[in-house]
Amino acid sequence: MVESIIFYVFAISTVTTATAVVTVRNPVHAALFLVLTFFTSAIIWMTLEAEFLAITLVLVYVGAVMVLFVFVVMMLDINIALLREGFVRYLPLGLLVALVMLGLMVSVVTSDIFVLDAASEPVPKPADYSNTEALGRVLYTEHVFAFEVAAVILLVAIIAAIALTMRKRPQTKYQDPASQIRVRKADRLRIVKMPAGED
Amino acid sequence: MTDFFLPLWNWLHEYVQYTLASGAKALAILLPLFIVVAYYTLAERKVIGYMQMRKGPNRVGPRGLFQPFADMFKLMVKEIIVPTNANRYLFIIAPVLTFAPAMAAWAVVPFDADLVFADINAGLLYILAMTSLGVYGVIIAGWASNSKYALLGAMRSAAQIVAYEIAMGFALVGVLMLGGSLNLGAIVNAQAGGWSEWFVIPLLPLFFVYLISGVAETNRAPFDVAEGESEIVAGFHVEYSGMAFAVFFLAEYANMILISMLCALMFLGGWLSPVPDLIGDGIGWLFLKTALFMWLYLHFRATFPRYRYDQIMRLGWKVLLPVTIVWLFVEGIAIYFEVPLFV
Repeated sequence: MVESIIFYVFAISTVTTATAVVTVRNPVHAALFLVLTFFTSAIIWMTLEAEFLAITLVLVYVGAVMVLFVFVVMMLDINIALLREGFVRYLPLGLLVALVMLGLMVSVVTSDIFVLDAASEPVPKPADYSNTEALGRVLYTEHVFAFEVAAVILLVAIIAAIALTMRKRPQTKYQDPASQIRVRKADRLRIVKMPAGED
Repeated sequence: MTDFFLPLWNWLHEYVQYTLASGAKALAILLPLFIVVAYYTLAERKVIGYMQMRKGPNRVGPRGLFQPFADMFKLMVKEIIVPTNANRYLFIIAPVLTFAPAMAAWAVVPFDADLVFADINAGLLYILAMTSLGVYGVIIAGWASNSKYALLGAMRSAAQIVAYEIAMGFALVGVLMLGGSLNLGAIVNAQAGGWSEWFVIPLLPLFFVYLISGVAETNRAPFDVAEGESEIVAGFHVEYSGMAFAVFFLAEYANMILISMLCALMFLGGWLSPVPDLIGDGIGWLFLKTALFMWLYLHFRATFPRYRYDQIMRLGWKVLLPVTIVWLFVEGIAIYFEVPLFV
């Protein structure tokens, strides 16, 4: 009973906040609603007894990824008026994409894979069951290849991101302590003999 | 007494009983926490005072002992000012968003072998998740204030917390490799057998990384660029007054105590006695070890100058993070070959 109440409360808030992400005008509000969506879906995962994944969702997506999102959105000087125009112009394309998405979703949801009878109701695990351990076991044995591939892809992405931002900026005036130390008196100073003046 | 209350208790519905019992337990943790926070602020002013050859607050009550209450009443009766053009809702929500995770994290902290509010398997992960949520309060406060100093403070804080969270998380990976569990109680029990078994010895580099990033995570000196009163007035909470400011303050101090207690739990054996043959284990040990780190926070603030911002970033990404990765590698090899200290 309590589980159902928790599920429905957070399922409704997930859908509501997800809708708000695409409908609110202010980009910062949209990003914050996305944070809330992640958080509520983490709680829904928690009701499925997937504690490890739920907490990791909060830790990684809410605690790190979305912080950077919000950070960037706040830094950008977004012209909201510019975002609003062109609604009618893009409407046909948008509708087409929406229809395709809707069709795909309907076909997936109504297929035999996702009917309720296809999967039996999951049996709750005993209290001492650690799904961190279970997940680790599967990840490092059965799926180790996919896991390693994902790690390599992420590494490439990191290096690519760093390479993209490592650009030379000749107009910036950096200090170079090494060359500052190497400087000799002769490089900077010229002593000029001046005869004592009679003006 | 029991004759009257016991039937009344049994008459209540199971869920109501559960809610009441949990609420009472939560209060039993949070009320002492608030009192410790109150006296921690006094201790801070006293310690820094004596380190700077002053006496610190000594007017309210005997030796200034009632100073925290005077401060509290002052903050409570002050007006909460919402700046013009500030985003009203987010402005009010921001202190709550800082405060709630700071309190929620205490749910899984064990105080003694059986004294824990929620003994969950993934306790360490839960604490990391909760402490990483606190940054939203800072960012939202900075943005919603509609003030350039507040926004600057929020930006600094966001980048700093994200950077140090990674080093902190990696340091904790070392702890759970040795402890073999994400449960804080199990991690403490893995350190049983006197001071030589404590994780601080095999994990000394990670201990320092954790300590440093803990100070950075709580935005305390010498990493307090988010507030930076000499540069950006008071950073993200410059526009806050009265209770709204007090809530930020409370959350910051609760987080400092939390980090200190986690240090004690994960590296210094928590409630375990350093010499089990002479003195038994007990909650007193945990409080003593926590107090040591809490005092270090104050000592840092009184003795270190503030880091420059680029130096903070360099320390986080280019020093602390590589140190943790190298030590995790060393630790992995040591555990595999069963080197004495690591098993």
